[in-house]
Amino acid sequence: MSKPIQGFFGYARIEPGELSMITFTEVNKWFKELHVLKDINLHVNQGEVVVVCGPSGSGKSTLIRTINKLEPINSGTLIVDGMDLSDKKADINRLRAEIGMVFQQFNLYPHLSVLKNITLAPIKIRKLSKKDAESDAMALLERVGLTEKRGAYPTQLSGGQQQRVAIARALAMKPRIMLFDEPTSALDPEMIGEVLYVMKDLAQSGMTMMVVTHEMGFASEVSDRVIFMDEGEILEEAHPKDFFKNPKHERAQQFLKEVLSPMH
Amino acid sequence: MFKYQFDWSVVLSGQYAEWLLSGIKVTFQLSVVSIIFSFLLGLLIAVMRMSNVRPVRWFAHGYLEFFRNTPLLVQIFFWYFGSYKILPMVINDWLNRTNFEFAAAVIALTIYTSAFIAEDIRSGVRSIPKEQMEAARSSGFSYIRSMQYIILPQAVRITVPPLINQFLNLTKNSSLAMTIGVMELTYQARQVESYTFKGFEAFTAATLVYVVISMIIAGLMTLYSRKVLNPIRAK
Repeated sequence: MSKPIQGFFGYARIEPGELSMITFTEVNKWFKELHVLKDINLHVNQGEVVVVCGPSGSGKSTLIRTINKLEPINSGTLIVDGMDLSDKKADINRLRAEIGMVFQQFNLYPHLSVLKNITLAPIKIRKLSKKDAESDAMALLERVGLTEKRGAYPTQLSGGQQQRVAIARALAMKPRIMLFDEPTSALDPEMIGEVLYVMKDLAQSGMTMMVVTHEMGFASEVSDRVIFMDEGEILEEAHPKDFFKNPKHERAQQFLKEVLSPMH
Repeated sequence: MFKYQFDWSVVLSGQYAEWLLSGIKVTFQLSVVSIIFSFLLGLLIAVMRMSNVRPVRWFAHGYLEFFRNTPLLVQIFFWYFGSYKILPMVINDWLNRTNFEFAAAVIALTIYTSAFIAEDIRSGVRSIPKEQMEAARSSGFSYIRSMQYIILPQAVRITVPPLINQFLNLTKNSSLAMTIGVMELTYQARQVESYTFKGFEAFTAATLVYVVISMIIAGLMTLYSRKVLNPIRAK
């Protein structure tokens, strides 16, 4: 066993373990007639970092949005952190509090300052005192390098800064899983690095993460597993080394060629 | 040419000026109380109108159509003369001992204006990107709490200009309350006119006061929204 390292976010480093966090079994989803998720089987353990990639419209965003039930599934079973999402009685709000989500468009609350964006849910849902929530928030802002922006409003920040605040906001709930839905796709190229840097440190702290991204550098360097999707199916699931060196599926080869060298 | 003798002193001093002053006070009270209630009721109706629960949504829809499409004067008469008749004696007695004219006017103005406010707020809510609701729900807020903390505060900020309009309409509409004997500004101006025959002066004074009251309300709201609600413009 490797020695636990103190992670960037203060969690002890946990090696991907046996504890199951997300399990898809024969999951299907339709948007009207469109079959967007086809017989999905997928298992994610605690502490694993899984990158989901694939061409646009492949269902990868839908896949991670089913995990906190932003998209309900139509058939199959999906168990997240021990909760069966097909169970009508499941307390979805309680589960969502345990799952942080980071969006492509950041989705910060524009009427609240950076600090209040981060402390709102901990105060209202976790019932933290304002003082505790703010000291947690300041610690998170320090870690994403934005303490001086605590009083700013989202529109006063660059895209990269907004996304880092969004990550801090999600982490403020001390989630057990973090979902990233194309977190860098809306960013100017020079801002992608600062966001990936934060995500990388989060991954190394042992957070269970599912990341939809086209950042293949991040996938190969940080992830434990890469999943390739096309037309609603998982076509390939592999260790990043194998996936990049030697993709098995023809469409995965094609996709990698296009992503890695768009001009050939 | 003009035989009319202008005499501004009747509205500027003495007993008649006192009548006008007390009318101003009542108009101001009537407006402010109704503004507060109509805003709160409008928020509630707007949320109900957008509810996922069908009967709730239908009720709100019916409410909106009903109160937007009937004359305010009829509604004032209904609450004052009509609602009275169907209430139990005990309540009637109690109402007679209180200032029922004022209460009926507040109820009518509140309900009538809340229908318009609800529609303004609803269009404000619809202009908030749906991703805001997603972000709120994904951090564990229920639908109602997401509305309360994230969607409505933004929607209300956007809705401030039409809300100012509704509040000004309400203030001006409050003059209809004279028809049921609320001694507000228009009522008192009418009184002054019938005692002194100085109609021009009395209603000029009333008109100017309405302008001033409206400007004060609009000014305060603009100031409030600039300084408190909206330090930074949402995109």
